[in-house]
Amino acid sequence: MTLEATPLFTIENLHAGIEGKEILRGLDLVIDRGEIHALMGPNGSGKSTLAYVIAGHPNYEVYEGRILYKGENILEMTPDERAKLGLFLAFQYPTAIPGVTMANFLRLAVNSVRKARYGEDKALSPREFRRLMREKLAMLRMDESFATRYLNEGFSGGEKKRAEILQMALLEPEFAILDETDSGLDIDALRTVADGVNALFNPNMAMLIITHYQRVLSYIKPHFVHVMLDGKIVASGGPELAEELEVKGYDWLKAEFAEAAS
Amino acid sequence: MATEAELELQRLGTEYKYGFRDPEQYVFKSRKGLDREVVEQISWMKNEPDWMRQFRLKALEYFLKRPLPTWGADLSELDFDEIHYYVKPTERQGRSWEEVPEYIKQTFERLGIPEAERKFLAGVGAQYESEVVYHSLREDLERQGVIFVDMDTAVREYPDLVKRYFGTIVPPNDNKFAALNSAVWSGGSFVYVPEGVRVEIPLQAYFRINAENMGQFERTLIIVEPGGYVHYVEGCTAPIYSTASLHSAVVEIIVKEGARCRYTTIQNWSKNVYNLVTKRAAAYRDATMEWVDGNLGSKVTMKYPAVWLMEPGARGEVLSVAFASDGQHQDAGGKMVHVAPYTSSQIISKSISKGTGRASYRGLVKVHRGAHHVRSNVVCDALLLDEQSRTDTYPYMEIEEEQVSIGHEATVSKVAEEQLFYLQSRGLSEAEAMSMIVNGFIEPITKELPLEYAVELNRLIQLEMEGSVG
Repeated sequence: MTLEATPLFTIENLHAGIEGKEILRGLDLVIDRGEIHALMGPNGSGKSTLAYVIAGHPNYEVYEGRILYKGENILEMTPDERAKLGLFLAFQYPTAIPGVTMANFLRLAVNSVRKARYGEDKALSPREFRRLMREKLAMLRMDESFATRYLNEGFSGGEKKRAEILQMALLEPEFAILDETDSGLDIDALRTVADGVNALFNPNMAMLIITHYQRVLSYIKPHFVHVMLDGKIVASGGPELAEELEVKGYDWLKAEFAEAAS
Repeated sequence: MATEAELELQRLGTEYKYGFRDPEQYVFKSRKGLDREVVEQISWMKNEPDWMRQFRLKALEYFLKRPLPTWGADLSELDFDEIHYYVKPTERQGRSWEEVPEYIKQTFERLGIPEAERKFLAGVGAQYESEVVYHSLREDLERQGVIFVDMDTAVREYPDLVKRYFGTIVPPNDNKFAALNSAVWSGGSFVYVPEGVRVEIPLQAYFRINAENMGQFERTLIIVEPGGYVHYVEGCTAPIYSTASLHSAVVEIIVKEGARCRYTTIQNWSKNVYNLVTKRAAAYRDATMEWVDGNLGSKVTMKYPAVWLMEPGARGEVLSVAFASDGQHQDAGGKMVHVAPYTSSQIISKSISKGTGRASYRGLVKVHRGAHHVRSNVVCDALLLDEQSRTDTYPYMEIEEEQVSIGHEATVSKVAEEQLFYLQSRGLSEAEAMSMIVNGFIEPITKELPLEYAVELNRLIQLEMEGSVG
């Protein structure tokens, strides 16, 4: 007898917003291990709100619904508790923390996540951490001097995005959300970042790639594509859906959606 | 039933790591309060020369005449009659570690001093209450002619040097608390660096108050002869008491031509201590004086390290960190007095306020007439951790010359929610995220500290944060 395994990540009927203003209006999504999902949609459709709600931003309110991670509702958890379960959000606009070096920050972050996920004795020594950091920097073709720079301070747009992927590489999440990681990258930087993401992906994890454009999806191949409009997923399909959007834009879907809603 | 004071003590004792205290074992303790007789007694106990006795008595007159300062922090709860001005812990000064009494050793060990010393300290002058009980000086320093002894020993063994410089940078009538210190001072360090000698290893001293209501009035004098260099490091922790203690030190430094002196302080007095300190240096031609000053503990701190830039090419710097948490007022900053042309100065002040804590920056840049081509830059940044906390800036400028370049910038910021969320989303708890942001904020100053002090400062801030985030 086989039991159907619980999916890694499930969103059920999610209604959420900010300052009483509802942005997500009944969103459902199921993502399982070994899957890359792309979430597309025009500006203001609620993509980044979804990312923040999943990561636990304190300013966002959840009015209804559940987010299950490995079958457990994570909505009552603080952002760090979620991170310690293996969730990761690559920010669209990473915040600068002056005076805090990448290396100091990441060593603390990596070790608190490692201890929570793999056990108290699984923290890395400073030496082990340095070795791991050098390895991941090389993988993302980042200069070693990144380690001693202050977190996101004075980083170019491209450097910030790479730094986010570096953090993902070190934190080894099981479920990663990439919020517009492709925006603001030139074609070479995009390729480097995409190579890094592809190298990090494995059958034990899942990814949700939030993007405005189809461009990134020719480098990171999604298994599923969803289109979000007005706080809901209005269309889901395979990679061909992204190509269709690239040709036709979002307007046809908007029209269809408006029709269905009326 | 426990009294209010005892409850307070228990509460503080659980919060404050270094809040242990030894049973008091004293050879001599002056009665409470201050008058001519007490001063005479101190001088007699120390077997001092007559000039020092006269110096003390004159200073006492100044002290009694001067009113309490009305600017700055609130000092109205300070009761001068409730303080023991002198406590002598042991009969004579320990020469070697073996001679130091056991209970004092225990205190030092809890503070980690012997270990630190074994590693790389050049010498330890540890002020245990009013008398320096243990002092060691590495032999190679001695061979270089460097003197590093407690002030009382210096009065006895180097009377000419002491008599020449003592009280010349901070005269006894400079301010009420300098007068008080001059009347009742005890302990502190005397450092003499001969011409051209560079002391490569920081000289360190630890200070500690241990008797209830006992003031600590150490007196430090540092002389760096031309071309010399020394880094003096002073770190303080103190146990907790239920009633107010007073710490009022005077530090005088003379930095001669082409010499450099750095004076680093991390003070973490327990939160009932009034910390009212006068620190002043005179820098001569092409000399550099740097004050690095970290103020975490105490109930009230008023401290403005000063540099008098006496001759062309002199340079002064103050790096100041103040952390004011619940019930504390840190009134700190710096003073730069440009007496000569072609002198330069910089004050960088970083303050953090938490809860009902109040951090004030108070600074003075003064340029005397004739001191042209002076450059001075003041930066003061304040970080507020919550809605309640408070910060003030009092930058005084007295510029009597036109050909000068004076810069001043001040910022006030709050810990941004976005920063906290970002760090938390990487697995840091709220308290960890908060202390990381605060430590990053003061990093321009901690990077100037000896490593073990930087680590200690970061840890103390972390302890503060853990108490505040729930």
